[in-house]
Amino acid sequence: MAVNIKKLPKKPYVIPGHAACPGCPESMGFKYLGMALGDKAVVVIPAGCSSVIQGLWPRQGFGLPILNIVFAAAASTASGLARALKRRGVDAQVVVWAGDGGTADIGFQALSAAAERGEDIIYICVDNEAYMNTGIQRSGLTPYGAWTTTTHTGKKQFKKPMPQIVAAHRVPYVATASVGYPWDFIAKLKKAASIRGFKYIHLHAPCPVGWRFDPSLTAKIAQLAVETGAWILYEYENGKLRLNPPSNRLIDPKKRKPIEEYLKLQGRFRHLKPEDIEMIKKEIETNWEDIIRALKIQGDL
Amino acid sequence: MAVSESEQRRGVVAVIEPGGHKLPLSMAGPGAMGKTGYWRTQRPVVNYERCTGCYLCWLYCPDNVIEMVPGKGPRGQDIPVIDYDYCKGCGVCAAVCPVKAIDMVDESKFLAKEKEEGDGNA
Repeated sequence: MAVNIKKLPKKPYVIPGHAACPGCPESMGFKYLGMALGDKAVVVIPAGCSSVIQGLWPRQGFGLPILNIVFAAAASTASGLARALKRRGVDAQVVVWAGDGGTADIGFQALSAAAERGEDIIYICVDNEAYMNTGIQRSGLTPYGAWTTTTHTGKKQFKKPMPQIVAAHRVPYVATASVGYPWDFIAKLKKAASIRGFKYIHLHAPCPVGWRFDPSLTAKIAQLAVETGAWILYEYENGKLRLNPPSNRLIDPKKRKPIEEYLKLQGRFRHLKPEDIEMIKKEIETNWEDIIRALKIQGDL
Repeated sequence: MAVSESEQRRGVVAVIEPGGHKLPLSMAGPGAMGKTGYWRTQRPVVNYERCTGCYLCWLYCPDNVIEMVPGKGPRGQDIPVIDYDYCKGCGVCAAVCPVKAIDMVDESKFLAKEKEEGDGNA
């Protein structure tokens, strides 16, 4: 499903003057959500940066109907909302717009239960790899070696393989996306909206404040993460795995950019020793091996 | 329960039926945090001679302050126009521009000029 940038809707779904930091990937991502789903979307937002970005009463900075809810209840609230809207005959697509803490840590049981019940919602995890809103604390999705205010010497554990965990629930659609590739994210949202059942999209969102880089580099770092292979763009459609461009060209490690290009731009990786970089390289290699193994079993490689 | 005129003018109160409870309601609109242009330390300035009208700055702008005006460029191309009232000056547009048509200029230069002109913006 190709996306023509010039034909995307011009209606503002993120309204100027909202409360996000300069260079915020979440407001970028929310813009793409509005462009893809239009006025059909009803958004459930658990605690996180996105609940703050909306700004102060009597105005709000997002141009879609929003229900703000507590961390642990995002997916369960969306389940009820989707069922109620269906019974009332409203043509709407309920979307959960949760952060990485609201997905992988606190909101996990609600997400898992909604996936198991097969609720007709789109769950989007906006992964900025720490609890940025409360002051950069580590989460289950913080990568190995990253500095946060609760891991001063770098995190010693690896990132939770969240898309695979949701895919193991055998839901009809699971995908990864990146704010650096909006056309890919928009196409995936449109595809997800056309499928009935539980849909999960994991959006990689580099945060200038928490990752310690210049706000102008948000899109560039998101693209570097994909080009170096640190973040892989793929989708599971009814359990069938498919790599998306540009990740489909990067199966051969020689075609990827060196990981140092991605790490050196971020202050959160400043303290890394050569052996830490080796560990990060090993983690990336393991992630790719999992993908390649799955593709081989399917007979696609 | 009717919404009074002063409440209507502020556009902030909704009546929820049944029951007729009045609830404060945030309405979508510009400036939820005021004129965020005051946060800016660097101003993006577009060089329309170089601009090819590719829409990438419009697509990536996290604050949605860039509007594409069709056919107004020097070569008849679509051009981006930036709303400086709300632009936070993050510089994402300048970083993603494939032809480097957007320059980030220190805000102090513009503030001094505006002060001279008596704009009161400084």
